[in-house]
Amino acid sequence: MRRNLLGGVMVLAVAAGVLFAADARAQDSLKIGVLATFEGPFAILGEDSLRGATMAFKEHNMMAGGKKLEIITGSSDATPEAAIKAARKLVEQDKVDILIGPLSGDEGIAMRDYAKTQPQVTFINGTSAAEPTTLVDPAPNFFRFTSNGVQWMAGLGSYVYETKGYKKVVTIGEDYSYPYTQVKGFMIEFCKAGGHVVDKFWTPLGTKDYSSVVASIPDDIDAIYVALGGADAINFLTQYQQAGGTKPLIGGSITVDQSVLSSKGKRRDYLIGTPSAGPLADNWDDPKWKAFVAAYKQSDAKAFNSPTLFSHGYYIEATAMIQALDAVNGDLSDGHKKFRDALSTEVVDTPTGKVHLDHNRNAIASEFLTEIAAGEDGNLYNKVIKVIPDVNATLGVPEDEYKKTGQPSRDAPACP
Amino acid sequence: MSTVADVMPGTTPRWLRPVLTYAIAAIALVIYPLIVPDFWAFQIGAQSLFLGVIALSLMFLGGYGGMVSLAQMTIAGVAGYLVAIIGGNSLNFGPAWPWWAAVPIAIAGGTLAATLVGVIAVRTAGIYTIMITIAIAMAFFYLAQQNYTLFNGHSGFASILPPHVFGIDWRTPIAFYFLSLLVAVLSYALVLYLSRSTFGIALQGIRDNARRMRALGFNVTAHRVAAYAMAGFIASFGGVLLVWFNSRISPGTVDTGPIFDILVIAVLGGMRRPIGPFVGAVIFVLLENFAIDFIDRERFNTLIGLCFLAIVLFSPDGVLGLWDRLTVLIDRAGAANRMLQRPIGNADRTQPAATGRPIPGRR
Amino acid sequence: MKLFVLTFLNGLTLAGLYFLVASGFTLVFGLMRNVNLAHGSLYLLGAYIGFEVGDRTGSWFLAVVAGFLSGAIFGVLLQILVFRRMEGQELRQTMVTIGISIVAADLMLAIWTGETYQFEPPDWLYGGTPLPFVKIYPTIRIMVLVVSVVVGVALWLFLTRTRIGMMIRAGVDDRGMLSASGVNVQRVFATTFAVGAGLAGFAGVVGGSALSISPGEDTRYLLASLIVVIVGGMGSVPGAAIGALMIGLAEQFGLAYSPTYSVVYTFLIMVAVLAIRPQGIMGRA
Repeated sequence: MRRNLLGGVMVLAVAAGVLFAADARAQDSLKIGVLATFEGPFAILGEDSLRGATMAFKEHNMMAGGKKLEIITGSSDATPEAAIKAARKLVEQDKVDILIGPLSGDEGIAMRDYAKTQPQVTFINGTSAAEPTTLVDPAPNFFRFTSNGVQWMAGLGSYVYETKGYKKVVTIGEDYSYPYTQVKGFMIEFCKAGGHVVDKFWTPLGTKDYSSVVASIPDDIDAIYVALGGADAINFLTQYQQAGGTKPLIGGSITVDQSVLSSKGKRRDYLIGTPSAGPLADNWDDPKWKAFVAAYKQSDAKAFNSPTLFSHGYYIEATAMIQALDAVNGDLSDGHKKFRDALSTEVVDTPTGKVHLDHNRNAIASEFLTEIAAGEDGNLYNKVIKVIPDVNATLGVPEDEYKKTGQPSRDAPACP
Repeated sequence: MSTVADVMPGTTPRWLRPVLTYAIAAIALVIYPLIVPDFWAFQIGAQSLFLGVIALSLMFLGGYGGMVSLAQMTIAGVAGYLVAIIGGNSLNFGPAWPWWAAVPIAIAGGTLAATLVGVIAVRTAGIYTIMITIAIAMAFFYLAQQNYTLFNGHSGFASILPPHVFGIDWRTPIAFYFLSLLVAVLSYALVLYLSRSTFGIALQGIRDNARRMRALGFNVTAHRVAAYAMAGFIASFGGVLLVWFNSRISPGTVDTGPIFDILVIAVLGGMRRPIGPFVGAVIFVLLENFAIDFIDRERFNTLIGLCFLAIVLFSPDGVLGLWDRLTVLIDRAGAANRMLQRPIGNADRTQPAATGRPIPGRR
Repeated sequence: MKLFVLTFLNGLTLAGLYFLVASGFTLVFGLMRNVNLAHGSLYLLGAYIGFEVGDRTGSWFLAVVAGFLSGAIFGVLLQILVFRRMEGQELRQTMVTIGISIVAADLMLAIWTGETYQFEPPDWLYGGTPLPFVKIYPTIRIMVLVVSVVVGVALWLFLTRTRIGMMIRAGVDDRGMLSASGVNVQRVFATTFAVGAGLAGFAGVVGGSALSISPGEDTRYLLASLIVVIVGGMGSVPGAAIGALMIGLAEQFGLAYSPTYSVVYTFLIMVAVLAIRPQGIMGRA
């Protein structure tokens, strides 16, 4: 009898838990899910993303379209499976109206597919920058106000061929969708200008030991295009220098990120003069950008010296969402139709210029061509060479012609 | 199972008691997805069921066979990759055969892989088995990550969807839940049956004293390898469900995290009875989904690791062990009460057996 | 030719690092029959603590010492607080080490985040050394090789020429007899764990100087230790050296010449050894 009672009480407790978990929502508030990588090695980037999004929310006093914003976070560890599980919880359990995220390339592709199964929710990208997310089979309710990895490379390929004089290069990047996209973006212009990519090295994410790659780099090339990020970039650069490597480098967008530049020691001086390109430049002389940097540094004691493209990206996405909500007075009653139209047609004023969407709901934004320079305090930063406005997803090439190059992969495109 | 006997002592025929318990459980499990929101049916319910199936294979091998193999998730991964490669995916890689061709091949492939693992690991015992199976599991992870011709490396495969059969789309939450429930029930029944069969008894004999069994003429190696194959067979079903649940597979599915998670689930629930892994899976899935609401989501691993440590240190039989001890206490209290009320001379038969081994046939 | 020699050197130096990590693991396993799956965590923890010490004091040598000491201290704590209470329950001990490794990995992630840390070895270790055949080779990798040889010799001397080393070897052979001959077995266990865990921490700083440290290194070196010990034989330090050599070379040659299958070579070696001699090349049956 008692055992029965105990069992029954436990079942009731679980049932009560289930019922309580069902939410109660006030009429005049909107639930916004923010999904980023808060676990695992990219947790620091996830934190910065949330910093950027929160800056946008606070700028508008946590209100949009006359309604209060209720923010719920979801956590991933940069794998698509974890991202979708977290998204599923936010969408199906917490019942968010709008989901902002994810952070990383492969997660974005998975999120596109998930969005198609949840037409009642509007999905806005975080910083995932793989090309197929919006170019291949896009989801009608997925909006990306940040540019993708190909767009980030605008201007770099032609610059290194014409101005720097590099004719033959090799590329090295991690083996997943985002570096494929970056290499493709570089190669589109570089190959068209007449350059040759002699070999491509792809290493598993998180490789520590680049000795075999360093040993296999040919001697008769002009430069190495490095699309690695974070720890991988630091490891490769250090080991390349230690092995006596002297070739000049070309940087991918996250290779020359502050996390790599600000690690200590003289070993980074060889990076001076390295060209790169991306969605932002640390020292741009624009008043709006400078105001954004100042606000970023004040937002949180743990903020970096300068916004990363993660805080920058999430800030833009959140701002775009708020602007569209304001335009429709927070009205999501028609299955988000008016809201999505507002998203598709609005022009957002961001700290790095104006952004609007193309017909695949991918951003058309300004890109920055940069070169690494040393500041007066000896620290390295990205100096702006050129700002290229209104770069679209096909880099100006007509879409059908562009799609002939196929999805970015280990082998495509190729110009040996 | 004396739950029903408690309610109606002396009036229920013995054969009816387990039937009634099963019936109540069956009704609860069947009604569950119909009354809860879809998220609870799909992400919580179905996930607990197929993770429980994979952990059940570990429990079978470890509890009845004495061989704790950490390669069960790997076997599930092999079956999942086979479904992805053969059954059609977003990259149009592979023949894209229909499910009734792809799934049996995946199950066969998983069982074959498990047999290979068994052949490699069988000449060692105890903790060596753990070492070797971890090494095999990690090697498979690196292979899946490095290799592009077959495994598509880091990105893996996407858009692997369950089929439409008999007019039902098996991806919908309720349908998928029932599919997982069917697989879970069948695996559970299989393990129960095996534990009482000649093979199962021989396996437990080998676990307890291999030398004696060999002296009695049993082929110890063959039994062990067969046990690995059986466990692999069960885990393969879990793997097919797993890849359909995620609709994708990548090396991350067979990384050290998930490998240890299956061990945690099996130990959490208790490795002495086949219901243990399912109990563990429910706890694990609930924690995974709702820990973020209570503690910092970043520290989920610390939480699950501490729970695991607590169980290993204080209740090695897992949650079921705790439940057993709790019910013994209650029974003792109840028995003491009844003793006071009954005429002197009646023996008390409500104490459950307290052995250290899985009891054949005990649910 | 250049690629071959470079790869050979890379394999050799990697083998040295693997030997450093695996020797501690095999000692603990051989003597106490304890599969310490938290061994990788000790490697990483030693590396982080060594980094903190090196960062604050500016001395790389102090960092190395700190790495060794932190590993040793945590090792002894583990032995006294946890494993002594579970004498004889090998499976349970192993489970506990798994739990500890999960919690430790997460706590280290919380404290040191996902950033990559790089040591600042003294200037003479930085850069390259001219070598025949290959024009230049990273000095720090040569250092790793030299250090592992030195440590290997020191370990061998410790085991064969000191009293406590003799007790450890006796215990690996027959623990019951060791205890019966009046030796304080618990003290020997604690010493062994201290040395084994200390080696892991030491390897963390050394390895972290050649390659950097970041989360995930713990599982990588745990796997390496497992395979090296399976191949080389449990409880045998020379076995660890042989195993490390085979695995290090196989891995580097695999990565250089067939990168998408490199792990298969390592795996095949392990399977072959298990098939022919399951106790490992130098293991005792």
